[in-house]
Amino acid sequence: MTTDLPLTGRARPDRVPHSLPEWRALGGYQAVERALALTPLQVLDTVDAAALNGRGGAGFPAARKWRFMPAAADAVSPGPNYLIVNGDEMEPGAFKDRFLLEALPHQLIEGTIIAGFATHATEAIVLIRDDYRAAIAGLTRAIAEAEAAGLLGDNILNTGYSLHIRVHPSAGRYIVGEETALIAALEGGRAMPRKRPPFPAQSGLWGRPTTVNNVETISHVPHILAHGAQWFRALSRTEEGGTKLYGLSGRVNRPGLIEAPMGTTARELIDRAGGVSGNGRLLCFQPGGGATGFLGPEALDVPMDFGHVAKAGSMLGTGTLIVLDETACPVEVTARHMAYYARESCGWCVPCREGLPWAARILHALEEGTARREDLQALHDIAREASPRGRSFCDLMGGAMGPLASLLSRFGDLVDDHLHGGCPRRRAP
Amino acid sequence: MTLPADLETRIRHLVAHEGGPRAAMLETLRSVQAAEGWVSDERLAQVAAVLGVTPAELDGVASFYSLIFRRPVGRTVILLCDGASCGLNGADAIRDAIRDRLGIGYGQTTPDGRFTLINSACVGGCDRAPAAVVGPDRTLVGPLTPALLEELIGGAP
Repeated sequence: MTTDLPLTGRARPDRVPHSLPEWRALGGYQAVERALALTPLQVLDTVDAAALNGRGGAGFPAARKWRFMPAAADAVSPGPNYLIVNGDEMEPGAFKDRFLLEALPHQLIEGTIIAGFATHATEAIVLIRDDYRAAIAGLTRAIAEAEAAGLLGDNILNTGYSLHIRVHPSAGRYIVGEETALIAALEGGRAMPRKRPPFPAQSGLWGRPTTVNNVETISHVPHILAHGAQWFRALSRTEEGGTKLYGLSGRVNRPGLIEAPMGTTARELIDRAGGVSGNGRLLCFQPGGGATGFLGPEALDVPMDFGHVAKAGSMLGTGTLIVLDETACPVEVTARHMAYYARESCGWCVPCREGLPWAARILHALEEGTARREDLQALHDIAREASPRGRSFCDLMGGAMGPLASLLSRFGDLVDDHLHGGCPRRRAP
Repeated sequence: MTLPADLETRIRHLVAHEGGPRAAMLETLRSVQAAEGWVSDERLAQVAAVLGVTPAELDGVASFYSLIFRRPVGRTVILLCDGASCGLNGADAIRDAIRDRLGIGYGQTTPDGRFTLINSACVGGCDRAPAAVVGPDRTLVGPLTPALLEELIGGAP
């Protein structure tokens, strides 16, 4: 196996998943054997020492999240702990979890077993967006194979640990990816985010202790157990452990996924994607999907990890870059994002329900050349009022403000130009 | 039309296995749609009665999710991405080509009931922009070109 590409090194180029015998021949499930020979706390400490940050967007340390989970014996009332694997990948620009789900389902199962063991979970649910039908089918098949071989289900590998995994298709809504909304979706109702505290680790699915982890986060876990925390940290160029499954789309010559050391720079990633397309000159990029602020060429050499990108004024988010060349219009890109986030707001919190459609309308008017100067003031007001965290139950609105606030601060002149007959890039011959 | 017996059996199975009637609401709607393509008012009221919830509560769930259709859709649903990465690679031209070829815009169905076009960002196919997911198996297609679009339209039921 390619140890510098632990996450994707075994995947087939055509994304056809491995059968269980094929996976085992590649060393599959050895990490599970190793983990289940330890105590849950030892597994947790190993992942902690590996500095695995959550890959869903926020970058919260996975082990710290796990540590909030009570051991079954501590629970006040009987019932399971739940582990939920979040495969509701709907962030604009993100297409990494699709690959991990489609091509490497057994890797995900291994990670789920190990994470489930560390969090005292006996039930795991993998929520996958409904559009990822191949992933749903492939993972369902892989789960059945693993169960039939005694690698999953009751008394895994005769260790006494039991975990059942089921696949739950989502019915299509961006907010389902938010962890408390995801829990509401699994309970069968409208996926409205819930106020925290209580955090899911105290009261999650059906009121039970619950951990929600992203697909990529979970997929890293078996490698940490197989090769050790120090090895995992050494994969990275920074303090944040492991490799990262980056993605590039927008104006690049060869869009696609790249597994690279955490902390790889945007310059290297864009080079590996064949360089900037369009006129070949970089205007700006979003480091990690639609909800992350624009960075310019000055940030090309920033190590792309959660800490460094935050320091540079944006967020690593999903680590899937959206690249704009000089002929692309960041107003148009932001307008598309805002239309999406406005459509996807669950409508519960007023600033989000009212503010996002308002911002979307103004951005659209700017593109069309029907915006007035006072609309710009409104746009600034919305960005200022809606950006701080804590003004709504979840981070949808705050995330949506990422591109808007950076558009206004970075491209003020270009936004102004739109007042005189719409998008100058469209007017250009 | 009365509720088909197999659908009712399926719903009762879901109630037993999903943790009660409320937990089964979304899967119930998905089952109706899998059988009939969409969820009509009549079916919604019938399955709400089987679940023992009000039609309003069930419709609250149905209307929340983008992929539960409360209006009839064509045999082939085209979910065309209108997100940023697809937009940067010509998604609007594909939208216009569909309008020219099939006479439908977002949210519309062809009069012959073959196609429905829906805008959907993001479809998780940014590396294949402009991309769409098409048909009952939600097949990812892209990068879309007028030629590929023509092929798709010709091959659809």
